[in-house]
This record gives sequence, C-alpha cells and structure tokens, in this order.
Amino acid sequence: MAEQYSVEIRSLTKRFGDVAAVDAVSLDIRRGEFFSLLGPSGCGKTTLLRMIGGFELPTEGANRIDGADVTWTPPYERPVNMVFQHYALFPHLTVAENVAFGLRYKGTGGAGEARRVAEVLALVQLSGFEKRRPHELSGGQRQRVALARALALEPEVLLLDEPLGALDQKLRKEVQVQLKHLQRSLGITFIFVTHDQEEALTMSDRIAVMNRGRVEQMDEAAQVFERPATEFVAHFMGAANFFAARVREAANGMAALVLEAGGEVRIPVDGTRYESGEAVRFVVRPEKLDLRARDLSGHGVPSVAVTIEDRVYQGVSTVWVVRDRADERLLVYEQNEKPFEEASKFAVGGQAFVCWNARHAVVIRGEAGPR
Amino acid sequence: MKGGRAGRGDRAAYPLVLPTWATLGVFFLLPLAILFVVSLGQRATYGGLKPIEDLGLYISSGKFLANYARAFHPIYLQIFWRSIWMAVVTTVVCLAISYPVAYYIAVTAPLKRRNLLLGLVVVPFWTSFLIRTYAWMFLLRTEGLINHFLLATGWISQPLELLYNNFAVLIGLIYGELPFMILPLFASLEKLDLSLLEASEDLGAGAVATFFRVTVPLTMPGIVAGIILVFVPSLGQFIVSDLLGGAKTILAGNLIQNQFAVARNKPFGAAVAFGLTAAVLALLFFYALYTKRKGQDVLL
Repeated sequence: MAEQYSVEIRSLTKRFGDVAAVDAVSLDIRRGEFFSLLGPSGCGKTTLLRMIGGFELPTEGANRIDGADVTWTPPYERPVNMVFQHYALFPHLTVAENVAFGLRYKGTGGAGEARRVAEVLALVQLSGFEKRRPHELSGGQRQRVALARALALEPEVLLLDEPLGALDQKLRKEVQVQLKHLQRSLGITFIFVTHDQEEALTMSDRIAVMNRGRVEQMDEAAQVFERPATEFVAHFMGAANFFAARVREAANGMAALVLEAGGEVRIPVDGTRYESGEAVRFVVRPEKLDLRARDLSGHGVPSVAVTIEDRVYQGVSTVWVVRDRADERLLVYEQNEKPFEEASKFAVGGQAFVCWNARHAVVIRGEAGPR
Repeated sequence: MKGGRAGRGDRAAYPLVLPTWATLGVFFLLPLAILFVVSLGQRATYGGLKPIEDLGLYISSGKFLANYARAFHPIYLQIFWRSIWMAVVTTVVCLAISYPVAYYIAVTAPLKRRNLLLGLVVVPFWTSFLIRTYAWMFLLRTEGLINHFLLATGWISQPLELLYNNFAVLIGLIYGELPFMILPLFASLEKLDLSLLEASEDLGAGAVATFFRVTVPLTMPGIVAGIILVFVPSLGQFIVSDLLGGAKTILAGNLIQNQFAVARNKPFGAAVAFGLTAAVLALLFFYALYTKRKGQDVLL
C-alpha cells in the first residue's frame, strides 16, 4: 500500500551555533501535492528544504520520505531531486550530458539513457538544445534544463529552491503556470521554496508559512490567504487591516466585540471560547473592505468611522488610505469598475465608513507570533 | 566569435599594448634570438665564437646544425632522459600532494583561516632558494638531522645514504616546486561553485564519482597550469641537482650551465638551451590550444 504522505517531518531542528535556523518543525506533505515553504529570507525555509534533500543534517528530529527513514541518508541515496536556486548546471557538460548525468546511477544506460534524455528535454520544450552548453542558454532555458535534469531521475519528490528568482517578472508568471501544469500531469510531489506570496498562491495546493525557523501556519493556499492564523501571516500575505477590540459576549459561534475605534461589531468565531472582556485583534483584508458614506451598523453590517487620508489610482484598482478613531491606518482596495471621472466618491480629508461582511473578519489571538 | 572582433577598435588599442610587446621583445624575444644565432655558431679555441669565413659553405656543409646534432649523442640523450623523468616524477608527486592541500585551503578550511594558510604556502619564498636547498643538505647528509634522529631512536644502526643521489634531487625538486602547484590549483578550486558538487550528489553520484566527474574537469585549467609551472622549471633546474645530487646526477640544467661556465662552449650550451626552450614553448602552445578549444580561461 502506498503511503499517503510523501514526506513526513518530525520536530526537525537545525541549529547553527546558538541560532535555530529550523526549530522543531513537523510537516506532512501529501503524495502528489504542490507544497510551498513560504517566508522571508532567513526564516529557515531553505535550510528545511536542504534537510529534506540531505544537504544539511538535522540537529534533532526525523525525516521520512515515502515511508522510509532518511534522516541520515546521504543525498545520492534519497529518492528526491533538487532544482537549485542558481540551477547548478555543470558548465563543462552539454545540455544532454547534464540531463544524463545521474542516469547511470539509476541503471539507465546506453539507448535507454538517450531515450530518457530526449523524453525529458521534450517535456520541458528544449528538444534540439542537446549539444548546447549552459552558458549558451538564456536564464529561462537554464531553469528548464535544471528541471529536466532533476525529472530525468523520476524522483518521488522534487525540491525547488526559489528556482524562478533569477527570471524577469513576465517570464516568471509564465513559468509559474507551466510548472504547475507540469506538476499536475506528472503527479510528482513538489516542494517549492519561495519568499513571494503571490508565487506561492499561484502554484501551491498547500502552503507552510515560516518565520524564525517555525511554521506559523500550514493550510490550503486560499485559507492561508483569507484566514491567516497569526499576525505575521496576515502581514506577510499582503496588506492586512487590524482592528483591536474587547469581547463583550461570545456565544453560539458569534462574538460581540467593542472596537477601540468605537462602535460594536458582531463577527463569527469558530469554536474557540472567548472570555468576556478579553482583548482580541482581528483582520480584514483590504479587498474585503468597502467604503461607504453612511454608517451601516444599524443594518447589522460592521462599520467603522474613518477619515480619508489618500487615494492611490493603480489602474485596475484604487487604494484608499484611511485612518480610524483608534489611529490605526487601514487600506481599502476598490475595483475600478467605473470610468475614473465617475468613480471619485470621496474627497481626501473627508469622513466615511469602512464596512465589511462579518464573515471576512478573522480573529487573531494573543499567541500571534512576533511581527 | 572572438575572431570577428577586428577593425578600428583593435587599431586604437595599439598604443596600449605597446609596453607589453616592448617588454616581451627586449627581455624575451631578443635574448632568445641571440641564443638561437649563437647556437648556430662554432666554439673558438678559447671560448667565445669562431668567426665564419665563408657563410655559403658554412650553411651548405650543414655545420650550422652541428651543435644540435651533438645534442643527440647518447651521453646527452641520457641526461635529457633523466631530466625528463625526474621532472615527470616531481610533477606527479607535487600534484598528488598539492591537490588535497589546495582543496583544503580553498574549500574545506574556514574562510577566515584561508589567508593564513595561503601565507604559509608562500612563506618559504622569503628565504633564498639556495639557502633552503642547503638546509636540505643539513637534513639529509650522513651526519644530518634525519640520520641523527633515526639513530638516536634506534630505528636504524647504520646512517642512511640520503644525500647525493636521485632521491635527494627529487626531494629538493618537489620541495621547491610545491608552491607553484598549490597556488594555481587553489585559484581554480576557489572558483569552484560548491552547489555543483551538491547537484552531483543530488543526482546520485558519490564522493569519488563527484570528484572525477565534476571537481577534476572544472579545475582542469589549474591542474594544467600547475603541471606546466612545475614541469618546466624542474626540467631546467641545476641548483638542486648540483647541491643535492653530487656529480652523478647531471640534469639538462647542469649541462647548459656547464657549457657556459665550465666548458666554455657557448654555441653548444645555446643549442641545448634553445632546444629546451622550444620544447617548453611547444608545450605551452598546446596548452593554450587546449584551453581555448574547451572555452575556458587560459591561466597563464
């Protein structure tokens, strides 16, 4: 019976001196999923990936791949392959030789080798480039050779260490989609390291957001985006608006909160118990906020009075910068559905209300990680 | 690709390369030309050059090649042969010692200790090579430090004959040439992208396979440069063989030196020297050709 999980990580820790680059991380990565390790530089995501690949040995913890314990297995005996950050193509070998490099250790030789090389080069659309050397290729082509070289060995798990970092923005977007398609059609587990939240959202089935060597949240991509578990995740996944409040009463999955900015809102809280008087913070994403001229709290719609500070036209959308009575700066994204001349409803310096659908508020409790 | 870069840009650069060509011309090409001309002449009775009376006859009789012909006498061939194999052994041993040393300094050692280690490699240059070779005599001779030590510890009962033989000459050559192998190897290894070694391991190659399939090919320019830098001077060495080899171990370098300083046969000395230089230049030429074809930088 095939294991459900490709990679099982148990309290894996890597310390460099006194610093824990990876701090007791446990993860289960499902077979055939596109899994992203997302976080700012220095959060430990690359170290974690390198421990899965066998390039770093953990200080503590265990690591299983495909059901087998590989914690101390050297890289060349692991059923994983890696696409390195700067591709690490062998400059003294041709494209075909690069791709064929590992095949002899898999017992694929002679005609089988040539066939496999042709196969994977076709897969990454580089047929005809066999005789080229890495320095004769563009960045995008090199990235594809690195991908072909890793895929040639039919790994259980493909590790990708920010492989799109060296590409320009436009190419990056294209490659993201191609990579996702490739992963789906091959059914190989991809573990993708990136610091770009948009990239992670575009490609991943699930995302683990890392900060200071720990996993802050691991969930489906949309969940991480819409329901951040910690303040750090909320910040990292794009501009988030924070509201401070006190619980007045909580019952039946709904909480009545008294805002520091004034007023009271009722928002859903799933399962968690709140004490009356407890201080909480909640997040509403900028695209979920709506700017209105009137206070809608009378209609059961959470509304907060704000002063409009700035209006930034961005083509597709307009960003409103507003400030509430608790002196918290908030952002409101508005789709530019109407022509620019007709759209201007509010004057900078004027008063308005931000409103949102109660479901879009996500409560974050005190255990939130440091910013 | 590079051939297409001709035209005005090149001509504008002429004044810039002039100093290079002038230096090469005065200090390298001109002496070589003089050496060549002398090598075609004949020795006068008391040294110096014998004037040529009839140039036409001199050339048609083939006498101008007499010095080169003489160099092929078995006695001299034996000397050349000994020089070559000793230079080969020196080069091979130097390479075998230097590669791990250079690898350690460039890759394994902590970055902050790298300069110190490199400094240690270069420190011997602060002392004259002649003095360092004399030091080896003190170490190797019958009453030397090594024999003293071995006798004192009871390892041997009779002093070993360590000095005045091929062994001593080889030790001296290897010792002297070691830094010239370590430094180019270091330069090559320092540029080695370590993620390539990880990639190799990732693709299934163990340490040995990675070394021969990735590390060695990528440091080939350093290996070749080191081989040339060691082999060529070893071929022409005369101090080491003079001091440590005794009279039996004459090398090509001693032969040349003897012709100029002792036998006072400048034309013959010049012929041997020129022949040796030509051989070395041919070697360098092939190296340049090799690296150019491989598309790598020429390290020399």
